Amino acid sequence: MKYVDEYRDPKIAQAVASEIVRKVTRPWVLMEVCGGQTHTLMRYGIDELLPREIELVHGPGCPVCVTALEIVDRAIRIASLPGVIFTSYGDMLRVPGSRSDLFQAKANGADVRVVYSPLDAVKLARENPARKVVFFGVGFETTAPANAMAVWQARRQGLTNFSMLVSHVLVPPAMRLILNSPSNRVQGFIAPGHVCTVMGYREYEALVSEFRVPMVVGGFEPLDLLEAISMLVSQLEEGRAEVENQYARSVNPEGNLPAQNILREVFEVSDRQWRGIGPIAESGYRLRDEFADFDAERIFGVEDCHAEEPKECISALVLQGLKKPLDCPAFGARCTPMTPLGAPMVSAEGACAAYYQYRRHATHA
Amino acid sequence: MPETITPEATAAQAAAFVCPAPLAQRGQIVLGHGSGGRLSAELLRDVFLPLFSNPVLDRMDDQAVVDIGGARVAFTTDSFVVHPLFFPGGDIGSLAVHGTINDLAMGGARPLFLSAGFILEEGFSTEALRLIASSMADAAAAAGVSIVTGDTKVVERGKGDGLYLNTTGIGIVPDGVRLSSSQAKPGDRVILSGAIGDHGIAILAKREGLEFETEILSDSAPLHNLVAAMLAASSGTDAIRCLRDPTRGGVSSALNEIAAQSGVSIQIDETCILVRDEVKGACELLGLDPLYVANEGKLLAIVAPEAAHEILAAMQRDPRGAEAAIIGTVGDQSAGLVTMKTAFGSTRIVDMLAGEQLPRIC
Repeated sequence: MKYVDEYRDPKIAQAVASEIVRKVTRPWVLMEVCGGQTHTLMRYGIDELLPREIELVHGPGCPVCVTALEIVDRAIRIASLPGVIFTSYGDMLRVPGSRSDLFQAKANGADVRVVYSPLDAVKLARENPARKVVFFGVGFETTAPANAMAVWQARRQGLTNFSMLVSHVLVPPAMRLILNSPSNRVQGFIAPGHVCTVMGYREYEALVSEFRVPMVVGGFEPLDLLEAISMLVSQLEEGRAEVENQYARSVNPEGNLPAQNILREVFEVSDRQWRGIGPIAESGYRLRDEFADFDAERIFGVEDCHAEEPKECISALVLQGLKKPLDCPAFGARCTPMTPLGAPMVSAEGACAAYYQYRRHATHA
Repeated sequence: MPETITPEATAAQAAAFVCPAPLAQRGQIVLGHGSGGRLSAELLRDVFLPLFSNPVLDRMDDQAVVDIGGARVAFTTDSFVVHPLFFPGGDIGSLAVHGTINDLAMGGARPLFLSAGFILEEGFSTEALRLIASSMADAAAAAGVSIVTGDTKVVERGKGDGLYLNTTGIGIVPDGVRLSSSQAKPGDRVILSGAIGDHGIAILAKREGLEFETEILSDSAPLHNLVAAMLAASSGTDAIRCLRDPTRGGVSSALNEIAAQSGVSIQIDETCILVRDEVKGACELLGLDPLYVANEGKLLAIVAPEAAHEILAAMQRDPRGAEAAIIGTVGDQSAGLVTMKTAFGSTRIVDMLAGEQLPRIC
């Protein structure tokens, strides 16, 4: 398939892997930030191609995994109200809240629908004037522009029955948290290619100069990741720390300016609770006051719904790259995709789920 | 060098950052129970099998094979709730005929008679019903089976999704043919009859209004002639251990079931599995894995190694098996484990689907 197969060529992959082997002289710990990258690494077994010196740890970049427990609870509460059509991307439906998930809410009679775009939810609102249509606006900077556009469109169309439960999170504050942690082990980052497609990579240059840590903006195909790893190893071995762009076919330094404009118009930066990690200052988006009429939390009065995250799994350590999923005693036994203890086991992009799906036999070996 | 994490630091971190508790056992049916994956298997294990248990059912094949007056009769039933009712490459009527024929064929049976049970919703178009019935008649005639009995019920508006359809079928298993998912042996080869994912993606594309340059057609088709050709090629031997049509849950679920029921491992090779470009593209777009997507005109065969090439050649001579290929081998590692050698030479687990396969967020 054009534009895909070129980036999955096993021969080129072997060549890049050999190049990494030639370059590396000592151990390095690298983190891929984005859950989509984790998924590719596991699915293609990229880590098996790498020399022993390279350790990959998996970052907090799965939007499904880091959405706060109380936001999921709020979603379930709103979805369960009469007259509501609750719309979401598919993989949020299985995320457990405190006691239930959206699938369970659907089984209990809630009108929960999977959509492929927030604009589909806007259309649904237009077609169902007697119902209140809510879209679950989660994700990183990648999904935020389309969500901002949906709210903007709804206002322009004069819709009064569309709203969004917004829980957007931002990548750079989470990377800063990891870099500031006294137990940080990460020496180089594969920065998230799709986030940078939207935002550019100026923010990452600031992190690099502050923490002297190399970063390579990487794509999502096997060869993208191998090349990004190779570029990181070069920087580390040569003692450089800069932002390099492996994913130049999609990312430019300034990003997508029209997307950033709509983001600024509709959202403002706010504090956010991260599941498994805790609160991070200025790490998310919320709707600006001008768009308060589209804020589902306000409309349905669920701001008071708070959830205590019970102490059980080590997802915080996994999401910060301090532990591997296989280090967890509950992994694969008490914690599986069917009975997820922690959020990283929920989404296919979550580090634990990716390990479970593709690498479980490592524990049996 | 990075500093090592002390147990104290780990404990402190774990105490500072906390994480969610598991969901209690589900007390209700959710959509995932119908996905053909792990939740469906749990429902069978926890509800049906303990109550209905008997030697025929406990074999857990796609069809029951029972002795009646000296004849070995294959017997199966399937319900169809597909939405939309009409889709590129077929409709619920032809699908219901093919699905039941295939369940019989996977037992090695020659399909003979079908029943048709209609559950209609008040307000459903009689013209649409006529089209569906006519499609069933055509599919049955083309496959050489007769629809010999039936039933119609009507439910109130809002209590059904237009039309649900059940078909039950019986057929005769030829002498000497004994196929079962519990018969795979280490060393056996895995044959797949063609490209995967067409049906599931055709339905999804139609349902969600996704458009591709090339229209993706469902592969819905009867497979009994292909099976007959395979049996003829291995006549008088037990070289064909088992046949499965990878419908709901896709190739991964079918292989996981065979591996579990036979107490063997199975390793498949990614480069041997055919996925059409347009299906691959749709899967990329939606974040789906073709191994988990439904097929309605493909089969998986577990066959003895010495007969594999002869059976494969027979399959390739049949239009339904023209693209058949050997995709893997049965092994004796952990029982029930299915793995795939990727194009990169690494190995990954091919797990059973946990619940519904969900389109990913990004």
